[in-house]
Amino acid sequence: MEKIIEVVNLTKNYGQFTAVNNISFYVNKGEIFGLLGPNGAGKTTTINMLVGLVKITDGKIFYKGEDLTKNIKKAQKFIGVVPDESNLYEEMTGYENLCFCGSLYGLPKKLREKRALELLEAFGLSEVANKKFKAYSKGMKRKLTIAASIVHESDILFMDEPTTGIDVASARQIRTLIKDLHKKGTTIFLTTHYIEEAERLCDRVAFINKGKISKIDTVPNLIEQTMESNIIEVSFEETPLEKTSDLLNKLNQQFNDIECFIKNHTTIKIISNIKINISPIINFISNEGFFILEAKLIKPTLEDAFVKITGIEIDMMKKEKEKK
Amino acid sequence: MKSFIAFWNILVKDMKNYYLKPPNISWGIIFPFSWMLMLFIKTKNTFDISEVFPGIVAISILFGTTSMLAVTITFERKSRSFERLLLAPIKIELLIFAKITGAILFGIFNSIIPILISVLYFKATVKDWILLTIGIILLSVISTLLGLFISVTAKEVFEAQTYSNFYRFPMIFLCGLFTPIETLPFFIKPLSYILPVTYGVDVLRYSINGGNNLPLLLDMIILVAFCIFLFYISIFNIKRKWIL
Repeated sequence: MEKIIEVVNLTKNYGQFTAVNNISFYVNKGEIFGLLGPNGAGKTTTINMLVGLVKITDGKIFYKGEDLTKNIKKAQKFIGVVPDESNLYEEMTGYENLCFCGSLYGLPKKLREKRALELLEAFGLSEVANKKFKAYSKGMKRKLTIAASIVHESDILFMDEPTTGIDVASARQIRTLIKDLHKKGTTIFLTTHYIEEAERLCDRVAFINKGKISKIDTVPNLIEQTMESNIIEVSFEETPLEKTSDLLNKLNQQFNDIECFIKNHTTIKIISNIKINISPIINFISNEGFFILEAKLIKPTLEDAFVKITGIEIDMMKKEKEKK
Repeated sequence: MKSFIAFWNILVKDMKNYYLKPPNISWGIIFPFSWMLMLFIKTKNTFDISEVFPGIVAISILFGTTSMLAVTITFERKSRSFERLLLAPIKIELLIFAKITGAILFGIFNSIIPILISVLYFKATVKDWILLTIGIILLSVISTLLGLFISVTAKEVFEAQTYSNFYRFPMIFLCGLFTPIETLPFFIKPLSYILPVTYGVDVLRYSINGGNNLPLLLDMIILVAFCIFLFYISIFNIKRKWIL
C-alpha cells in the first residue's frame, strides 16, 4: 500500500513544554486514519504541523514519498483542512465562500462556480447557498467548511474534531459525508475524542497522550488486544463522581487481579486478565453503600483498548472536552 | 496564473467585505471634510489652502489605511478566517501583498475627497499632478505598511486601534502635516526624520506648492527603502509570530 503521509520523529516544543514528542507514523493512501487522545494530547498541534500552520521543532514530514518538511506549501496544493472551528467568512454567502476558497487554489472562475454548485448540492446546502454564512446553523457551518476544504479536489483531508459541538443529526450526516469521501478515494486524517466515532469510521487509529503515540493499529487489532481480558460493567444509582472515584480506589486496593475504571459517574468497568469472581466485588460495592442496578459481562470495544493502553479514563476525557 | 487568481480574489473579497462598506466610504468622505472645515473656521481670514492641502491629504491617507488594515487583519486572525489564507498554496509575500493592496487603494480613495474640495471649491492649484499621484501612492503604501506592522503585533481589534493611535496622533505633529518641521524644537527634529510619513508629506508639499524641505529624489529613495523594509520585517514577524 502506498504511504501518502509519513511522519518521522516529529517534535514540537513551545519553550520548555513539549507538545508533540518524537512521534512517527504513516497514513496509507485512501484510508481513514484517526488520532485519538484527550484534550492537550497534541492532536491539533500534530495536524497544524502537517498542514503548515505550526513550525516543526524536529523531525520529517513526507507527502507522497517526498520530503516536504521545509516546503509544506507544495503539499497545500493537494490537502484540505477542516479545523475544529469553522473558519469561513461570516459576511459571505455559502456559495461565495466556496467560490472564494476555490480561487485560493487558482481554480478558474467557471470551474470554481461549477464546483461550488456541485458541492452545495452534494452536501445538501443548495437551499441556503445564498444565505450569509453567519446565518447557518452549527451543523451547516461544519458541512460548508468541509465542502470548502475539498473544493480543489484534495487528495488528503485533515479533519480536526469534525463532529464536536454539533447536534446528533448533523454529526450523523457528517459521518456519512466522511464515508462517502473515503469511498471516492480521499485519504482522511481525523482527530476525535469520540472513541465510538473513531471505531465506526477509521481503518487505523493512533492513541496519543501527552504528545506521545502509545499505539497504532487497525481498529480490529486494537480491540483484539483487549479480547483476552474479561470486562464487567457495573452500573448503580446516581452517585456523585467523587464517591465513585473513592470506590474505584478502594476496589483497586482490595482486589489485586482487577483494574477498575470509571465509565461515567454511574458506571464502572472492571477489567481482568483472569476470570472475574463477581460476587465478592458486588458485595464490596454494595457494602460501600451503592445501589447496584446491573452487572454485565461485555464485549470489548475500542474504548476498552484505549483505556487499557493509555490508562486514561473516558469520563475524564469527555469532561475535559466539555470544559473546553 | 494560479497565483494571480488567488491574489485578485483576495483583493476583491477585501474590497467587498471591508473597504466598500458604507461606514468606510462615509469615513473617507467625512474625515477629510471635517478637518478642512475645522481649519477653515479656525483660520478664516488667513486660510491658505495651499498650506493645509498637503496635510489634509496626508492625514486622510494615514488614518484611513492604518485603521482599516490593522482592524481587518486582526479581525480575520481573531475569527480564524486568516488561517484559510495561510493554508492556501500561495506564497506568504503574495498573500500579504493582496491584503495590503486593498488598504492602499482605500488610502488613494481617501485622498480624492480633499483634492476635489481643494481644487474645485477653494481653487487650489497643483504644481505637478504626476508627482502628486506618485506621492499619494507612496504615502498610501507606507501608511498601509505601518498598519500591517501594527496588526502583526496586535491580537485583538481594540489593541490594533490603540497601537495605531499611539503613533498616528504624534505623527500629525512630528511629520510636518500642519506644523512645519523647521518650527519644531531641535531635540524633536531627529524623531521627525526617522518617521517615513515625513518624506511622503514632503513629496506632497513639493507637488502641490513647491514647499518641500528635502530633495525630492532623497524623499523617494527613503520612502521606497522604508516600504521594502516594513514589508519584509512584517513578513518576517508574520512567519515568526503567526506560524508558531
